[in-house]
Amino acid sequence: MNIHYDARLDGELPRRDKAEVLAALQQAAPGLTLLHREEDLHPFECDGLAAYRVLPMLVALPETLDQVEALLKGCRELGVPVVTRGAGTGLSGGALPLEQGVLLVMSRFNRILDVDPDARTARVQPGVRNLAISEAAAPHGLYYAPDPSSQIACSIGGNVAENAGGVHCLKYGLTVHNVMKVEIITIEGERLTLGSEALDAPGFDLLALINGSEGMLGVVTEITVKLLPKPETAKVLMASFDDVGKAGRAVGDIIAAGIVPGGLEMMDNLAIRAAEDFIHAGYPVEAQAILLCELDGVEADVDDDCDRVRQVLEAAGATDIQQARDEAERALFWAGRKNAFPAVGRMSPDYYCMDGTIPRRELPRVLQGISDLSDAYGLKVANVFHAGDGNMHPLILFDANREGELEQAEELGGKILELCVEAGGSITGEHGVGREKINQMCAQFSPDELTTFHAVKAAFDPERLLNPGKNIPTLARCAEFGAMHVHGGELPHPELPRF
Amino acid sequence: MANTTHPPRDRDISAALGERVRKADAEGTPLRIVGGDTKAFYGRQVQGRPGEVEALSTRDHRGITGYDPVELIVSVRAGTPLADLEAALAEHGQMLPFEPPHFGGAATVGGMVAAGLSGPRRPWAGAVRDFVLGARVITHTGDEQRFGGEVMKNVAGYDLSRLMVGAQGSLGLLTEVTLKVLPRPSASHGLRLEMPLEQARQRLADWGRQPLPLTAAAWQDGALHLRLEGGPGSVAATRERLGGEDLEADFWESLREQRLAFFSGEDGRPLWRLSLPQRARLEAEGLDEHAMLHDWAGAQRWLRSDLPAETLREACASAGGHASCLTPGAAEPFTPLAPVMAKYHRRLKAELDPRGIFNPGRLYAEL
Repeated sequence: MNIHYDARLDGELPRRDKAEVLAALQQAAPGLTLLHREEDLHPFECDGLAAYRVLPMLVALPETLDQVEALLKGCRELGVPVVTRGAGTGLSGGALPLEQGVLLVMSRFNRILDVDPDARTARVQPGVRNLAISEAAAPHGLYYAPDPSSQIACSIGGNVAENAGGVHCLKYGLTVHNVMKVEIITIEGERLTLGSEALDAPGFDLLALINGSEGMLGVVTEITVKLLPKPETAKVLMASFDDVGKAGRAVGDIIAAGIVPGGLEMMDNLAIRAAEDFIHAGYPVEAQAILLCELDGVEADVDDDCDRVRQVLEAAGATDIQQARDEAERALFWAGRKNAFPAVGRMSPDYYCMDGTIPRRELPRVLQGISDLSDAYGLKVANVFHAGDGNMHPLILFDANREGELEQAEELGGKILELCVEAGGSITGEHGVGREKINQMCAQFSPDELTTFHAVKAAFDPERLLNPGKNIPTLARCAEFGAMHVHGGELPHPELPRF
Repeated sequence: MANTTHPPRDRDISAALGERVRKADAEGTPLRIVGGDTKAFYGRQVQGRPGEVEALSTRDHRGITGYDPVELIVSVRAGTPLADLEAALAEHGQMLPFEPPHFGGAATVGGMVAAGLSGPRRPWAGAVRDFVLGARVITHTGDEQRFGGEVMKNVAGYDLSRLMVGAQGSLGLLTEVTLKVLPRPSASHGLRLEMPLEQARQRLADWGRQPLPLTAAAWQDGALHLRLEGGPGSVAATRERLGGEDLEADFWESLREQRLAFFSGEDGRPLWRLSLPQRARLEAEGLDEHAMLHDWAGAQRWLRSDLPAETLREACASAGGHASCLTPGAAEPFTPLAPVMAKYHRRLKAELDPRGIFNPGRLYAEL
């Protein structure tokens, strides 16, 4: 089922005359850069979900909070929807523009306002790159923990919007665990401070609510993040397995031994080969699976843990175990993993990255299910897995130039996500719902639950002008989605209105 | 009828709870949600006309519904005694890393989440909300709904399960929660170092930038109390480096449960909890920082004071924090919200609890 904005399913959007909107916004927000010529709009037509492109009506590039406030108030008065965008690296189409909407680009808010080494916090603008925070904190022996693979490019504002993760989540948490305070502006132009520089704030935990809200509740304008002291040491073990199931069980055995690794990643044979071809990290290309297990902390503890993990891996049937000899080799081991997506990209004209989460014990069954689906659709799937926290990234290989193959890949992806939900998991661990997984939300949540989500939205944005159509599907869309998944001739949710 | 001598265990009464909520919503009856009733002092009285408020107990909705130690995840019904949950985790060498205070043997998991209070490990491990992965909530319509998930990472939909933490039951009836748990550290050691407050502050700031195995730090009355936890190697090495004398084994539990002499009720003055940036200095006439108990490396300070609430709150606000009064009877136990924040709180409450049946007035009069 198509994910393009469909007014019939996703709700009518007002049609406004572009020239009038431009004139009104120029007047409402003097000095605000507003792009309107088609050639200027093209660079903004998609985010990291590049298969989908929509030219926005206008692109706004504010430089001051007053401009953001004036723009939001102006759009609200005109009834024009606003899609907020950070660096545009999101993989779920959360910043996919709307034809009838303004794209609010926060990239000019790119200053690190303050790094406080004693408080171990950094106050930054939303357009600051994730990695730039750790770079600014490094002279103090500190760093910002969440490290999505796109950390060189992705911005912290987008990280908050998507509740971004990374390879160290099991031990260090997601964005929501590492952000102390967020300033937002609502569609009504009101400025709110969520959280505080203390460890809690009075009232509801709106800070938790804003993390992962995909630009639907407010526009993030400033973020205070927590910084952590760099671990004294980090060591990484790479274990090879002749069977994916054994590798999966080894993950559980490590946890059961009372060890919480800084990172615990798994790759299957196809992903290993792709990464090795690209990075030459020294990966065993014959292995059916490898585990990368990073242990970090105080030297004495890490050495103990390395010994214990080695024993666990041996007992779990690892065919080979290597420990990175030095920092350079450790970086190389990780380089293979961190470049797994582009590496797979070299093997195939196109690939589609999924983001399901499952209870770890379901891994063998879900991998088998993915393998069966891969055969059925005739499309190869490489598996990269944040094994420690159950977050899978199956990469579906396809060729968009072949008639119908993109649609096939998307359908296969949708089936994989439904498999994750059936296994007790989630359709998205860290990439967000955006537009990409809008239909699968209907598989994960009931109409009543979706209604509650819409109620939360209504508290912040009753006219649904902020990023309409993303994150939470309408009941009408789910009814249509349900109609395509007819079981035994019965339509799920037949009671739902069609519009 | 439930057997009164043997309290009912492992029961799912969500259907009955849903029915009660549906009826209350239809009739506009305010519900006072009660677990073990150990934290009644924390917050305002549920408000309603005389005789109108009905108590709704979650205590019979109990039991661990899913616990696989290898997944580091546990799902548990709201009425389950917190002590039962902790005992089940301890059997597998695991724990709730945020060390929630019980304030009594009857404390339940639901109350722990609704109150959102965390213990001495909070600055290093995180708070209750940081370990909530998912929740089942009976909404005002009486339907039990599921938010979040039973997996480590899940960003589908708004994070309503974390929104429930600390909301004092004012947004819905929490029936079940899924929590992330962690292995207990293999070594632990408490120590006491004599030092003045200023020096303790500086030390804590310096140590904060180093990868020390520190998991609790509290200063009181001329002494800094520390807890070291981690592998035996790092704990032993740090212990040697820092020196000091050994701390009694139950110190952190006594602090968490407010059983230290500092908290004793003999002092008639109200008990205040000040939540502040770790190194914030408080300045107000009549306010003596040395008379406070500085937990959480300074981020949570306890104070006995009869200064006016406004004076304390202004001092905290200008230092970037807020103040709550834990002595029953305070007009406003929690720091009043700024008008624009209050507006969005009211709107959220109105959307999720339009008839105002869930613990009305417990957090703020207007919610």
